[in-house]
Amino acid sequence: MILVFCELKDGQIRKPSAEALSEGRRLADASGKQLGALFVGASCTGSADAAKYGADVILTAETAILASYSSDAFARVVADVVKAKGATVLLAAATAVGKDVAPRIAARLAAGYAADVTGLSMVDGKLQAVRPVYAGKAFATTSFASAVQVATTRPNVFAATEKAGKGVAETVAAPAGDFKSVVKEILAKASGKVDLAEANIIVSGGRGMKDGANFKILEELADALGGVVGASRAAVDAGWGLPHSMQVGQTGKVVSPTLYIACGISGAIQHIAGMSGSKFIVAINKDSEAPIFKLADYGIVGDLFEIVPELTKSAKALGVGSN
Amino acid sequence: MKILVALKQVPDTETKIKVAADGRSLDPADVKWITNPYDEYALEEAVRIKEAKGAEVVALSVGSDTVKDVLKNALALGADSAVLLKSDGQGDAFAVAQIIAAYVKDKGFDLILCGNKGMGGDNAAMGPMLAELLGVAQANVIVKLELGEGTFRAEREIEGGSEVVEGALPAVITAQKGLNEPRYASLKGIMAAKKKTIEELEAAAVTSVAHISALVLPPERPAGRKLEGDSAAQAQALLQALKDEAKVF
Ligand SMILES: Cc1cc2nc3c(=O)[nH]c(=O)nc-3n(C[C@H](O)[C@H](O)[C@H](O)COP(=O)(O)OP(=O)(O)OC[C@H]3O[C@@H](n4cnc5c(N)ncnc54)[C@H](O)[C@@H]3O)c2cc1C
Ligand SMILES: Nc1ncnc2c1ncn2[C@@H]1O[C@H](COP(=O)(O)O)[C@@H](O)[C@H]1O
Repeated sequence: MILVFCELKDGQIRKPSAEALSEGRRLADASGKQLGALFVGASCTGSADAAKYGADVILTAETAILASYSSDAFARVVADVVKAKGATVLLAAATAVGKDVAPRIAARLAAGYAADVTGLSMVDGKLQAVRPVYAGKAFATTSFASAVQVATTRPNVFAATEKAGKGVAETVAAPAGDFKSVVKEILAKASGKVDLAEANIIVSGGRGMKDGANFKILEELADALGGVVGASRAAVDAGWGLPHSMQVGQTGKVVSPTLYIACGISGAIQHIAGMSGSKFIVAINKDSEAPIFKLADYGIVGDLFEIVPELTKSAKALGVGSN
Repeated sequence: MKILVALKQVPDTETKIKVAADGRSLDPADVKWITNPYDEYALEEAVRIKEAKGAEVVALSVGSDTVKDVLKNALALGADSAVLLKSDGQGDAFAVAQIIAAYVKDKGFDLILCGNKGMGGDNAAMGPMLAELLGVAQANVIVKLELGEGTFRAEREIEGGSEVVEGALPAVITAQKGLNEPRYASLKGIMAAKKKTIEELEAAAVTSVAHISALVLPPERPAGRKLEGDSAAQAQALLQALKDEAKVF
């Protein structure tokens, strides 16, 4: 079996999990295996939707004591299911929870682990993973020697495609208490918008924005396009009141949107490390020699304070923000 | 209180990446090696705990002789002692975790601090793997840490916000930028470090369960297009191109 650890949010399968499921389906087809979707938590309402993404079996570990995330408890539950089902491949989305729990599960199973992968295939019955390394300056193929292979999939890279599966429901035993650590509290979220790592369109500002208040024009453009706002480290570190969670780059978020618009960002290697996986890159910079232009599919040499409001105007006129 | 800080040596981000003749590893020529930046937050946190409430801080690295630089630097920054677990450094995160677990066993560490990921390899895996092997609590991507009597309370970054994790010590905590502002080594620290020796031990024999079988450079991105005209014309041309050519909308 190929097993996918899935996350729910407000009774819906999170998009990165749906992507992992779809990729799992593809691998299951390629290797003639079953696809299992595993949900862990106090409520697994919405898990039935996994059938839409091709799950043959939908496993739920549903119990009140799993209401809050616990690294060690979740790792135990998932590892037990892997063993019980004889799963050979375990996937999870490379989300905050996925990245926290997957390596722990891998260690529990003495399994090889590939993090934040952008390509997967089955070779001689074993998983093979491709992932960006060295700030996106190279791609490494990970091959496994272990019986079980574990990988997390980078959000926004694999397509979430609907393909009906049997979706047979099955409950699995949840652990007793005695957790070593547990999440006590979720602190105020920055905004109700989608997270950068999952965003389809990102408008980012750098030192060229001159001031935090000027990010308002990026918000307006992002709103018109249906996207979210990011920032370079220089902007985050400038004391403009921008949260670190907005930072894109090697020491910030790694993003893979369909469209990345860099405004007043020079294109330092550490910034590129976070966004070179974007499908289309637009650069707006007044310096025609800025390195970001080497990467950009479309470049505008000019003053962002003039261009950005024009873009917002044109976007509204074209009515593109519907997605 | 006894604190272990695990430090990894990584290529400087500015390093030009060349693939070695074997087609699967980094060509070490011209690579400038540095301490993984996240591990500097981990070390700084350990030294601050020591300064605030007293602790013994041990810096540890798994690798070949070259990682001694990392350990010397850690000693200059306030680690009390340093341990090098000698290995060819070719293992995956699980191999490193097993090596460190074998060393840590029965040494009575209350806290193990790591970086949340090793830059370059970007596995973000060793810490949680070590926690599992030791059967202890973990908290990753931490921007704030408070220690109680045998407990910890840590704030970790998640999508669009943060959450508070509480757990029991011993624990493996992995540091994120924002946890603290690492200091620079003082002259006094550097002089004191010169008098300290690095304990060298053979790493436990372990097997790797994953390896890099190929390393390739990404394809060149095709040359982009500059949009001409005044701002209004550029803006319109861009949106039209994104809609018609790129089909983003
Ligand atoms: C270990 C390490 C980790 C790092 N991690 C990150 C990271 O995660 N993310 C990150 O972004 N950086 C990171 N950096 C920093 C990185 O090296 C750069 O310093 C940073 O990305 C520069 O930000 P910037 O492009 O906004 O600023 P600058 O390089 O100063 O560029 C500003 C740009 O704005 C343009 N500009 C100015 N005014 C206008 C205008 N009116 N209209 C149009 N264009 C204008 C200028 O021409 C210039 O190109 C890291 C550095 C190190 C050493
Ligand atoms: N060879 C090593 N020696 C010591 N610590 C390591 C080593 N490899 C990884 N670590 C620690 O584990 C963290 C995560 O590394 P990684 O899993 O490689 O991304 C690093 O920030 C270090 O704290």
